[in-house]
Amino acid sequence: MTTAAVRAQPAANSPLLSVRNLKKEFPIKKGVFSRQVGAVKAVNDVSFDVAHGETLGVVGESGCGKTTTGRTILRLLEPTSGEIRFEGRDLRAMGTSELRAIRREMQIIFQDPVSSLNPRMTVGAIIREGLTIHKLAEGSAADARVSQLLREVGLRPEYANRYPHEFSGGQRQRIGIARALSVEPKFIVCDEPVSALDVSVQAQVINLLEDLQRDHNLTYMFIAHDLSVVEHIADRVAVMYLGKIVELASADDLYREPLMPYTQALLSAVPVADPKARKQRILLSGDVPSPANPPSGCVFHPRCHHPAKDAACTKIVPPLEEKEPGHFVHCIKQTPTTVSWEQQKAAGGVHPPERYLPLAAVHA
Amino acid sequence: MPSPLLSIRDLRTWFYTEGGIAKAVDGVSFDVGAGETVGIVGESGCGKSVTALSILRLIQPPGRIESGSVIEFEGKNLATLDDDEMRRIRGNRISMIFQEPMSALNPVFTVGDQVAEVARIHAGLGRRKAWDLAVETLALTGIPAPDERAKQYPHQLSGGMRQRVLIAMALIMKPALVIADEPTTALDVTIQAQILDLLVNLQKEFGTSILMITHDLGVVAETTSRVIVMYAGEIVEQASVTELFARPHHPYTEGLMHSMPHIGHDQERLNVIPGTVPAPTNWPTGCRFADRCPYSWDLTLRDHPPLYDVGAGHISRCHLAKEPERRNQPHPPLVVEEGVDAA
Repeated sequence: MTTAAVRAQPAANSPLLSVRNLKKEFPIKKGVFSRQVGAVKAVNDVSFDVAHGETLGVVGESGCGKTTTGRTILRLLEPTSGEIRFEGRDLRAMGTSELRAIRREMQIIFQDPVSSLNPRMTVGAIIREGLTIHKLAEGSAADARVSQLLREVGLRPEYANRYPHEFSGGQRQRIGIARALSVEPKFIVCDEPVSALDVSVQAQVINLLEDLQRDHNLTYMFIAHDLSVVEHIADRVAVMYLGKIVELASADDLYREPLMPYTQALLSAVPVADPKARKQRILLSGDVPSPANPPSGCVFHPRCHHPAKDAACTKIVPPLEEKEPGHFVHCIKQTPTTVSWEQQKAAGGVHPPERYLPLAAVHA
Repeated sequence: MPSPLLSIRDLRTWFYTEGGIAKAVDGVSFDVGAGETVGIVGESGCGKSVTALSILRLIQPPGRIESGSVIEFEGKNLATLDDDEMRRIRGNRISMIFQEPMSALNPVFTVGDQVAEVARIHAGLGRRKAWDLAVETLALTGIPAPDERAKQYPHQLSGGMRQRVLIAMALIMKPALVIADEPTTALDVTIQAQILDLLVNLQKEFGTSILMITHDLGVVAETTSRVIVMYAGEIVEQASVTELFARPHHPYTEGLMHSMPHIGHDQERLNVIPGTVPAPTNWPTGCRFADRCPYSWDLTLRDHPPLYDVGAGHISRCHLAKEPERRNQPHPPLVVEEGVDAA
């Protein structure tokens, strides 16, 4: 992201979380000596801020790097390079004990409520663990806190003595939420928290997350592949593709006027629950390329449908630049752009940039 | 409708578990016409997948299709057909596309072999001819360079490509009926759009009937002409797709539609259906949705509702058909249970 882009982030005086040029590569090893022969660039130079009390939605398809971004921010995965600051404190400089202390303020809710709860522990023990580790409560005070947390997520306090397998998917997700809340965090990474749930239960959990955010002044990073869920819950949305943020804007702007051709295609692909809606669909050809060998220039160029797409797109890596106030887009063909027409021509460009917004494909 | 291709009457598929008899499918009746696309929609545990597996007779013990169930297809009752005859129908006249393309393919054979095998078994084709037909069918499903791809193993293909291979396997015998069980649930939205597009086009081209099983109302709206809504082992509503979305009658269907966020129509708070589906070993005696329903009254708790005709070919298993004025008096549902939103 350019420095201009960074400055134009939302108004909060200092962001709660600030991520700059974050990279996470997974080595590809081969042979008897496990020689490194390449790297999967799961997160490839990503920068963004999250303001106090907001919900930043992160959307994208499998393999785009959204989950890796979430886990790298919490240092559940070690970043390859880049900067992560939480309330100004540099997370990458922290040692084990400091990191453990700060995890009290940064929690995560996982997608799969089955594998993320220990089947041999009672619900009460699962929720208590954080209280014990962070020395927040013991004995009867801890019991009382567990009961209170269970009530808060809509479960009966008696359930503390039961085991995870006795609960439905939605109830297990509530247990995961209670565990995250137990240490009174400021920031929660919600990694596909409702993807495994049925529609009616999904709505219950989304409402619960919104209530808790309001009551506890929480900040969320909400990772999901479901665009309608993200529109509902997020204040701002980052769209990821092949390890990069390709568009970042307020939810209103992004869904009303998506400017990155990939976002346009993504929105046009969502099936509409209205048989009379006739949406023109942008059908992307082929699959997402491998993140071990991403395309040169703009990562989306092999599948792009922008009418001005040309050779320049295959050479120039687009900056994430501000096309409208607060609306950042990774595309040298959407006007305005800081990559001048002369530069584009020098890179083999033949079509001057133009504003392209196929609304008939985006809205039903 | 002229005589339907598939006609199911009082299908009951029960599982004899230690916890009691789970009546997963409990008295389901519907038809699928030739060339028609019918959707079955419902949430986990509603019985939609067990219905699909019952049609193909893929129910394993402790599950059993109860006597009296009729699955009439091309003049035969599949519920009572002997295993040999059933094998000749499965994969040949009726085929299935599964949700998870990785586990539905065998990792140690090339995808071309697996598609060709279907033609070798059902059409008795020789190795060469079956292979050529497999490559031809793979091409139909939009797989680029199909003769190269056919020589690859499942792990070498992406999720979308694997799903195309499964579609090729399902279509190679030009079956009369394809059952697609959540065919796009495991796929990303842009790949889902490609696959749905492919299914709709192939259906037009071959006139195959499709039974589309899904939890996604968007997929139903875009691909089907008639919709069946299932809840707690039974059909609760059935109508043409336009009728169902314009005038949902059953409170469960209504709740399902309102609890989904829609792009471009953001509301402050999502409507929820409180509570959870009752246990299949112990369905309530009255309406199975009564405790979660905002309109329930004494009758709904006592009498199990029949499928009422509510006009325009639309049927609904809800007593509101008899007392429609009660729809104007919603109340908090009776369910007082954990995991309930404080509605």
